[in-house]
Amino acid sequence: MNGKYSLIGLLALFGLLMLAGLIRIMTAEQRPYAPRTSAVAAVPHKPAEYPEIFDVDPLEGLDSATAGVAEGLYPHPPPPLSPDTWPCSSCHQAGTFSRDRRDLSMHSEIVLKHGPKERWCLDCHDFQDRDSLRLASGATISFDASYQLCGQCHGTTLRDWRAGIHGKRTGYWNGAKRYMLCVSCHYPHEPHFKALKPLPPPVRPEFYRPEPAKRAAALKAAKFYGPAPGATASKEHH
Amino acid sequence: MLGLPEGTCPSGGAPCGTGGEPPPAPGESLTTRREFLAISAGFVVGLATAGCTKEEVEAFFQRNFRELSPEEVKKTVARLEAGYEKRFSRKTTVSIEPAQEGVVFGYGLDLSRCIGCRRCAYACQKENNQSRDPQIQWIRVLQQERSKGVDLEGATPYYDAETVPQEGMTYIPVACQQCAHPQCTKVCPVGATWQEPDGIVVIDYDWCIGCRCCMAACPYDARRFNFGEPNIPPAEYNPDTHYLGNRPRPQGVVEKCTWCIQRVRKGRYPACVEICPVGARKFGNLLDPESEIRKIMDQKRVFVLKSEMGTDPKFYYFYTM
Repeated sequence: MNGKYSLIGLLALFGLLMLAGLIRIMTAEQRPYAPRTSAVAAVPHKPAEYPEIFDVDPLEGLDSATAGVAEGLYPHPPPPLSPDTWPCSSCHQAGTFSRDRRDLSMHSEIVLKHGPKERWCLDCHDFQDRDSLRLASGATISFDASYQLCGQCHGTTLRDWRAGIHGKRTGYWNGAKRYMLCVSCHYPHEPHFKALKPLPPPVRPEFYRPEPAKRAAALKAAKFYGPAPGATASKEHH
Repeated sequence: MLGLPEGTCPSGGAPCGTGGEPPPAPGESLTTRREFLAISAGFVVGLATAGCTKEEVEAFFQRNFRELSPEEVKKTVARLEAGYEKRFSRKTTVSIEPAQEGVVFGYGLDLSRCIGCRRCAYACQKENNQSRDPQIQWIRVLQQERSKGVDLEGATPYYDAETVPQEGMTYIPVACQQCAHPQCTKVCPVGATWQEPDGIVVIDYDWCIGCRCCMAACPYDARRFNFGEPNIPPAEYNPDTHYLGNRPRPQGVVEKCTWCIQRVRKGRYPACVEICPVGARKFGNLLDPESEIRKIMDQKRVFVLKSEMGTDPKFYYFYTM
């Protein structure tokens, strides 16, 4: 007798559990779609959010700058000289300052992280003519040709840059290109490339499913041969 | 139903279909040519009466791009341009610029420069009219541990950080490798994807049936499928398009990187090359010994991903430091 009741009780419990499970499964679809992890990962970011990066025309001025110029001569942007201190000769007249190595009272914004123990301003800047740079040979060059100065130590990089292996170029793969100078990307007093904030990660596949409202709008906008969105309805080809 | 009187053919007027004709002889096709023509003609008339526009009927019967005659190409391009203009309210050009003579493109990527900033992926999205939501990106920038070298199994594209490069990590962007022996084109059952003479593997989006065999065949996960209706806000639309490249795609087709075919066939660099802030991306003609890519191949030790697959990619990775 006892065994019979316990069997009935077990069966009833089993049935109740099954019923609860079924109800749970049947109502699950009506629950709103919940992302598996944080909402951040589900947001599809797009290039239009970063106009400062993507609204720059890399061709701007290139065609006019290279018109009539022999092949092999490519323009580069001017070196990024600080307008606060350029030209240097406005303060540095010949003989005004000592050439001795010392702690400077001016130019405190310049922190040399480019071999600071071995290097001193006048290794690169010319003492007599401050608006020029000075090579190890004693020759002076303009700031536009600073790559020659960099190439004294970084010879392999200069070779790669001339061949187009190092450095960024924009324009035409079979024609005019805009080169970048070393100093366009590497601040000469601290040349290590600055860390950047990355753009947001892509959306994981489990978040591909768009919201129903967005999906309906996309389908409506994609009606290929229908009237343009917002335009008055007119069917010409029927 | 087909817009025809019951029991008559559009040409001839003889009764067709049930009863009148003898059963087909063994070896003969079950449908005679005459019946087939009648059915297709009826189908066209039926489509027209069902409220389809002339363009929709033409689009339905549009053939593979490689089979179109020059006149048909012109007509198709005009129809597409009109359609896109209507949809995006922008004057659109759909270029059919063919491959240049004596050009095979190659791509170089300096892994010692890449910092994983993902600007390439978003510039590509903008240039190539990829869907914004649901999001599609052709370029995937993978982050991996520096100590493991190139570690595709352990790499992740979903890294998030305040600044990059992160300590002890390296980055490897992967998109279509434009293989010289592509597997994706081999498996396509309808011939909707093929390699162009300049080495770019392209897709005819109107011929693709969306079976995704090519996605399974690609060892580089370079192809993307439009599971949803692609969504590009008209303000962000790039109207300078190519038939085999960045023209807007319909739902249910596969798409992939074409090295900006609309740009490079006009001599320009791809968009990812021009946006890269560290100049890690290099592009040029493999047949020109003076090109940047050839200089890289001559002077640096380049490698390709998954060389054991025998796909022979034209996307070369290298280190300079």
